[in-house]
Amino acid sequence: MSPQNGSQDRAKVVVEFEGVNKWFGDFHVLKDINLRVRERDRVVICGPSGSGKSTLIRCINCLEEHQAGRIVVDGHEIGNDLKSVAAVRKEVGMVFQQFNLFPHLTVLQNCMLGPTKVRGLSNSEARDRAMQYLARVRIPEQADKYPGQLSGGQQQRVAIARSLCMQPRIMLFDEPTSALDPEMIKEVLDVMADLAQSGMTMLVVTHEMGFARTIADEMVFMDAGRIVESASPEQFFTHPESDRSRLFLSQILSH
Amino acid sequence: MASHRKRLRLNWIDCTVFAVLIAATAYVGYRVDSVLEYQWDWSGIRDYLYRWDEDQQRWVANLLMQGLYTTLRLALWGIALAAIVGVAFGIMRTGRRLFPRMLSRAYVELVRNIPPLVFVFIFYFFISSQVMPLLGVEEFVRDATPGTLAWLEVLFGTPNLIPNVISGVLCLAMLEGAYVTEIVRAGIQSVPKTQVEAGFSVGLSRWQLMQHVILPQAVQRVVPPLAGQFITLVKDSSIVSLISVQELTYLAVETAVSTSRIFEVWIIVAFLYFGVCFSCALLFNRIEKHMAVRGQ
Repeated sequence: MSPQNGSQDRAKVVVEFEGVNKWFGDFHVLKDINLRVRERDRVVICGPSGSGKSTLIRCINCLEEHQAGRIVVDGHEIGNDLKSVAAVRKEVGMVFQQFNLFPHLTVLQNCMLGPTKVRGLSNSEARDRAMQYLARVRIPEQADKYPGQLSGGQQQRVAIARSLCMQPRIMLFDEPTSALDPEMIKEVLDVMADLAQSGMTMLVVTHEMGFARTIADEMVFMDAGRIVESASPEQFFTHPESDRSRLFLSQILSH
Repeated sequence: MASHRKRLRLNWIDCTVFAVLIAATAYVGYRVDSVLEYQWDWSGIRDYLYRWDEDQQRWVANLLMQGLYTTLRLALWGIALAAIVGVAFGIMRTGRRLFPRMLSRAYVELVRNIPPLVFVFIFYFFISSQVMPLLGVEEFVRDATPGTLAWLEVLFGTPNLIPNVISGVLCLAMLEGAYVTEIVRAGIQSVPKTQVEAGFSVGLSRWQLMQHVILPQAVQRVVPPLAGQFITLVKDSSIVSLISVQELTYLAVETAVSTSRIFEVWIIVAFLYFGVCFSCALLFNRIEKHMAVRGQ
């Protein structure tokens, strides 16, 4: 994939949505979504609940399938072709609201599963890599514990490390701090800010507006299945264009 | 839990139940002793467990112990095979493809809705006439070298009865496999869907996901019912006595008839089964505790 009509000096497009529509039965969740994410972009998607934010990013690694339009991720068009699904999932990491660690495996084994089974790394290579990323999310000392023995914040950091061990080109975050106690939110956001600093391409669904403002290159505001507004954070937070985003911001920033 | 353990105290209900139990036991004992005029004679029974072999100058297993060994072999192979059958059909049962799902469903419903005896009779006919010649077991045993034969004897018992034992194992495994299938299905379905998504998000294929994420968690969740089913399998192994597999129940019938020490023989046999099953229960308990500790 080469940039089709973007400015010459910007990086190549790694995620592209073109007129994407999706239904859950009769419910129209995604309506004519057009979105373009370039390498090293940090896109924050916000909006009221039920607006389709999570569904949107879940389409990127094929956890949801779309019914109309085109989604191209890292040069692979997503469709019914199983090979492209496998290729995309290798390159796209995802962090979930409920962490979704594998409870029957230790922290270290959680981080080694993908690299050994999918990337074909040897056990010792995978272990070294896992320890490296566990150090990066600041919990190398928990490597031999089981997820159930960790706090929510620690579990979420392990989940981030687990994704990073696959050395993905794109990271998706689906409300990564929504299930956390307030005092644990910061440790997770710090790790994510670190990651943003390192140049990772990130799509983040979050309600943490302070965090969004500091790390985002682009804010995408969704409502009722549509992208209502997409703008730079300065623009979005100071002069939101639509009434809908103004209302949303006033509600979410008022407390 | 242990710190809150209640002190053992008997109330009047416990005492009544206890008294009734004693009275009932005494009554049965009295009936057997006086009305039936049963002559207890335990003296000869020991020889049916072990007998002194004059030629070899050592104790060798006699009918009842031989039967117990066969039962143990049946149980062991039956459990292994039923587990394989159950996991395979359990995975098919929860799969996306219609045909395997229907096949698995048909198997489960067929076995569950036919009395075990009837199933075993029909299935044995099929095995003895079709499967055994196909496997070539008899030829294999006949042509085996003494070395192989020694191994076979450890694994399956006396060589001339090997086809007999294998038929029993197959019947038992297909019978219990259906119940194991249902347990495995329940286990697989109890693993949250979010685990599937997490597995996919690190790039696992469907098969890898099943193997490394879903199945281990499913099995961990169903250890108690699975243990119960395996113990049932040990007890159900007595069913195959009806197709002349010479296991404990089959040889107990022979012993009881030939010695006419009916009560003595069956009481001993009951104790043998109890010993095996209760040991299994204790073993599974330990496994369960071990897995629970490791899990969380």
